[in-house]
Amino acid sequence: MKRRSVLKTMACSLALAFGSGAATSSWAQGQIDPSKPPIKVGILHSLSGTMAISETVLKNVALMQIDAINKEGGILGRKVEAVVVDPASNWPLFAEKARELLSKEKVAAVFGCWTSVSRKSVLPVFEELNGLLFYPVQYEGEEMSRNIFYTGAAPNQQAIPAVEYLMSEEGGGYKRFFLLGTDYVYPRTTNKILRGFLHSKGIADTDIREVYTPFGHSDYQTIVNDIKTFAAGGKAAVVSTINGDSNVPFYKELGNAGIKAIDTPVVAFSVGEEELRGIDTKPLVGHLAAWNYFMSLDNPANTAFKKQWADFAAAQKLPGADKPLTNDPMEATVVGIKMWKAAVEKAGKTDADAVRAAMIGQKVGAPDGFEMEMGSNHHLYKPVMVGEIQPDGQFDIVWHTEKPVRAQPWSPFISGNENKPDEVK
Amino acid sequence: MKINRSFAWIDICRLAVVASLLLLSAIASAATVLSPTEWSSLVSGPYGERKAAIEKLGQADPVIASTVLQSLSQGTLFELPDGNIVIKSDKGYIQPISGRPFPADIQPARQATLNNALRRQVQNALASLSLFSPYTQTRRMAIDNLLSRPDSLSAQQLAKATSTETDPDLKAKLGILGALSIAGDQAAGSAQRLQAVVSLGAVNLSQARTVLNTVIDDEHDKSSELSLAASDALSRMDARGRNSALASNAFTGLSLGSVLVLAALGLAVIYGLIGVINMAHGEFLMLGAYATYLTQRAFQAWLPDWLDYYLIAALPVAFVITAAIGMMIEWLIIRHLYGRPLESLLATFGVSLLMMQTVRLVFGAQNVDVSNPSWMSGSVAPLADWLPTFVVAYNRLYILGFSLVVVFGLYVVLNKTRLGLFIRACTQNRSMAACVGIRTRKVDAYAFALGAGIAGLGGVALSQIGNVGPDLGQVYLIDSFMAVVLGGVGQLIGTVVGAFGLGILSKLGEPLMGAVLVKIVILLLIVAFIQKRPQGLFAQKGRSAAQA
Repeated sequence: MKRRSVLKTMACSLALAFGSGAATSSWAQGQIDPSKPPIKVGILHSLSGTMAISETVLKNVALMQIDAINKEGGILGRKVEAVVVDPASNWPLFAEKARELLSKEKVAAVFGCWTSVSRKSVLPVFEELNGLLFYPVQYEGEEMSRNIFYTGAAPNQQAIPAVEYLMSEEGGGYKRFFLLGTDYVYPRTTNKILRGFLHSKGIADTDIREVYTPFGHSDYQTIVNDIKTFAAGGKAAVVSTINGDSNVPFYKELGNAGIKAIDTPVVAFSVGEEELRGIDTKPLVGHLAAWNYFMSLDNPANTAFKKQWADFAAAQKLPGADKPLTNDPMEATVVGIKMWKAAVEKAGKTDADAVRAAMIGQKVGAPDGFEMEMGSNHHLYKPVMVGEIQPDGQFDIVWHTEKPVRAQPWSPFISGNENKPDEVK
Repeated sequence: MKINRSFAWIDICRLAVVASLLLLSAIASAATVLSPTEWSSLVSGPYGERKAAIEKLGQADPVIASTVLQSLSQGTLFELPDGNIVIKSDKGYIQPISGRPFPADIQPARQATLNNALRRQVQNALASLSLFSPYTQTRRMAIDNLLSRPDSLSAQQLAKATSTETDPDLKAKLGILGALSIAGDQAAGSAQRLQAVVSLGAVNLSQARTVLNTVIDDEHDKSSELSLAASDALSRMDARGRNSALASNAFTGLSLGSVLVLAALGLAVIYGLIGVINMAHGEFLMLGAYATYLTQRAFQAWLPDWLDYYLIAALPVAFVITAAIGMMIEWLIIRHLYGRPLESLLATFGVSLLMMQTVRLVFGAQNVDVSNPSWMSGSVAPLADWLPTFVVAYNRLYILGFSLVVVFGLYVVLNKTRLGLFIRACTQNRSMAACVGIRTRKVDAYAFALGAGIAGLGGVALSQIGNVGPDLGQVYLIDSFMAVVLGGVGQLIGTVVGAFGLGILSKLGEPLMGAVLVKIVILLLIVAFIQKRPQGLFAQKGRSAAQA
C-alpha cells in the first residue's frame, strides 16, 4: 500500500510538472502509468480435458503477446492484465466462465475458444453483456456476430481453395473426392459447402463420397479399404476433416495400405505443426494441409515471431520448449491481440462499442508476411496456403494466393445464404 | 522412396561406366540441354515453366537427364546466388553436367523442391529413361511405375522396349501397356482393339478401368462387339473388386477382434476371476504403451543398431512394469475392498484418473511418438491376381498372431500351472480353497498382477496401431467391457469369442451403415442380448456360478 501511494504521489507530481497534455503523450510513448488502473483481458482456453492438447499453447502465446505489449508500455499508458480461466473442455462451463469474465472481472476483451461448439455456447453471453470475443481458429462459417471477431479462416479461405488446388493441373488435376471427417458440426458443414462447390464445378455426386467416423475413432482399416476401392476409379483425392488425435491411426493405416501421396493425396484442414509433434511422420510425407500460416514461412516477421515464441517458451520453461513450434491458430491469436491493441489506441478507450467501430479496417503486419486487414464482416482478410508434409514435421509451401482473400462467412454454396448481408450492422 | 534409391544406385553404376565415354559429347551438348533461364525456372520457376523444363530434360541425353532428374527427386538440386545450378553429392557440390566440383564453402540460395504433380512427372521421366536399362531390376521398376501411372510413354518407345525385352514376365507387363494404348486408340484396327479390350478384363489397374470406360463412351453403337467386350471386361473387374472388398472387411474384422481380445483379456482375468470391476484397466493398457515408448527411447539412446527389434524387448518390459504396478495397487487399495463391488469400482475409477494425470505430468499431455519397426510396416497382397485390393498390413497380421499366442499362453498358465490351479480354485469357491491351505490373498494379488501384465502386453500391441497418449485407455475400456460381458463373465473362451464376434460384426456392418451408426446398432444389440441372456454367451456352470 505504502509503495503504491508513494508511486502515485510521484506520478502526480510528474504530471503536474510537465502539464497534463505533455504527460499523456510521454506515457503513450512507452511507459506504463502506474496511477491508471490496468486493462483487464480474459483468456478463455481449455487447460484440462480433451482440448487441452490444442488450447494450452494458445493461452501461452496470448500471455506472451500481452507480456510484449506491457514491455512496450502497455496500451494508452495502462498495463494489460490477463485473467486466465479454465473452462476444462466443458461446453456449458465455457458460457459460465465467459459470464464471470465479463460481469465479475469486467474484462475489455476475451481471447479464446477453439471448437465451434464452445464458441456457440459463449456467443449468447457475449451478445447479452456486449463483450468482445476474438476467435482464432479456422471454422465452418455460417455465423457473424457483432460481438465476435474471427481471426481464423472461413471455408472460402481454407477448404475451397485447397480443393481448387487439387483440381488444378498443378495440384494433380483430381476429379473425384473422398470427403472424410469426424462426426460433428465443423466437418459436416464444411463438406456440405464443398459438395456445393464441387457441383458448381461440374462434379457429379457419384464422384463424391462422404464418410464420417465417431470422435476418437482409431480403427481406419475399413475406411482405408474404401478409399482404395474409390481410388481404383482413378483421379481421386481425399479431403480430410478428421479431428486431431484420430489422424495418427488414419495416416498409419494409409501408409500400410500402400496409398501414396503422389497418386492419392490427402489434404487435411486440422493437421498442423503441433498435431504432427507426436507422430511418426514417415507415412505422411507428401500429403497436404491447407492453412493461412505455416511455421516454415521465410520472412522477417515470421522469424521474429518464432524467436519471440522460442524465447518466451524457454523463459517460462513450457513443456516442449526444447522444440518450440508455431502454428496457424497461434498466429491468429497474436494477430487478434495486436489488432485489438491498435483499435483501443485508435478509439482512445476500451469501451466495446468504440473498439468495435475502430476494429473495422484495422491493419496489422502478420507473421504470414502479409498486411492483414479486418473486414466489415468481422473476419480477417487472409492469404491461403497449401503445404506438403516434410519428414521433419514441417510443411513445404507448394501453393499460395497472391494476396489476402476476403472471408465469406455465409457461403454461397449453401442455399438460403444469398440474401444475407456481408457486413456486421 | 525405395524406387528412387535403387534407381540412384544403379544409375551411379551406369554413370561410372558411361560417363567417361560420354564426357566429351556430354560437355558438347551441355549448353543445349537447357537454357540458363530454363535451368533457373527448373529450380524456382512457376509450375508451368518447371513442368516444361522437366519435359525438355527428359528428352536430353539419358545420362545427364537421369542424373539431374534423380537429384531433383531426392532434393539435392540447388541454385546458387549467382544463378548456377549445383547438385549436392557425397563429395560436395558439383556441376550437374560436367561433374566439375564447386568450392566446398558455397552457400546455395535455394533448394529445388517438387510438389506431387511434378514428382510424378519426374518419376515417369526417370522410368521412361530406365526402360532400356541393361539391368532387369531397373526395367522392372520402370515398367511397374509406368503401369501405375502410364500416359507418358510414346508408342515408339513402347514398341522398341517390347521388341528388345527378354524377360518373359516383363514382356507380359509391356503387353499390358501395349493393350492399354491400343484399346484407347481409335485409329487402331478393330480386331486388334477387341483383342486388347478382352485382355484388359484380366488386368487389375485403375488405368485399365479408365481406358475401358472411354472405349464405351466413344463407341456410338452401344451394342457393338467392342462396346460389349469392354462392358464385359469391366464387370469382370468389378466382380474381383467386390470379392476383395469382402475379403478385406472380413480380415479387418478379425484384426479388430484381435485388438479387442488383447484389450479385454486382462479385464476378463481380473473381473472374471476375482470379481473386481477394474475401471483402471484402460490405464494399464496405456502404461504398456508408454513402456513400449520408453523401450524405444532406450534403444535409440544405447542400442541404435538393434532399434528394429525394440518391440520384442518391449514385451517383457511392459509385462513386468504393469504387473508390478498392478500388484502394488492391489496391495494398497483393492485388497481392502474385496466383496464390496461398488467401492472397488469407485476406487479403481479414482486410480484411473490418478494414473492418467501422473502420466500427463511426467510425459506431457501431448501424444508421444512410437514408430513401427520396419518389419511391421507395409503390407502384402496375398492373392493379388484374384483379389487385387485385398491387402494385409503386416502390423495387423502380427497383432492377430500375437493375440492368439497370448490367449494360448494364458490358457496354459490357468490350466497347466500350480498358480492357475489356485486361481481357479479361488474363483470357484474361495472359502473352500482357503480351507485346504491356499493363501487366497496372495493368489488374488498374483491374479491381479497377471491381469494387469496382460493388459500391458495389449498396450504394446495398441502402440503399433494408434496414438500413445494419456487418454489411450479410455477408448478401449468400454469395448473391453462389452466383449467380456457379451462372452460371459469368468470364461476366457467367452471373452475371445465375444471380442472376435464384436470385431467382425462391426467391420462387416461398417460399409453398410457407416462407423457411427454401426457403433450404436451394436450397443443396442448387446443390450438386447444381455436382457435375454444375462450370463453371456458362455455361462459358468455349477454351484459357484449360481452363488454369484
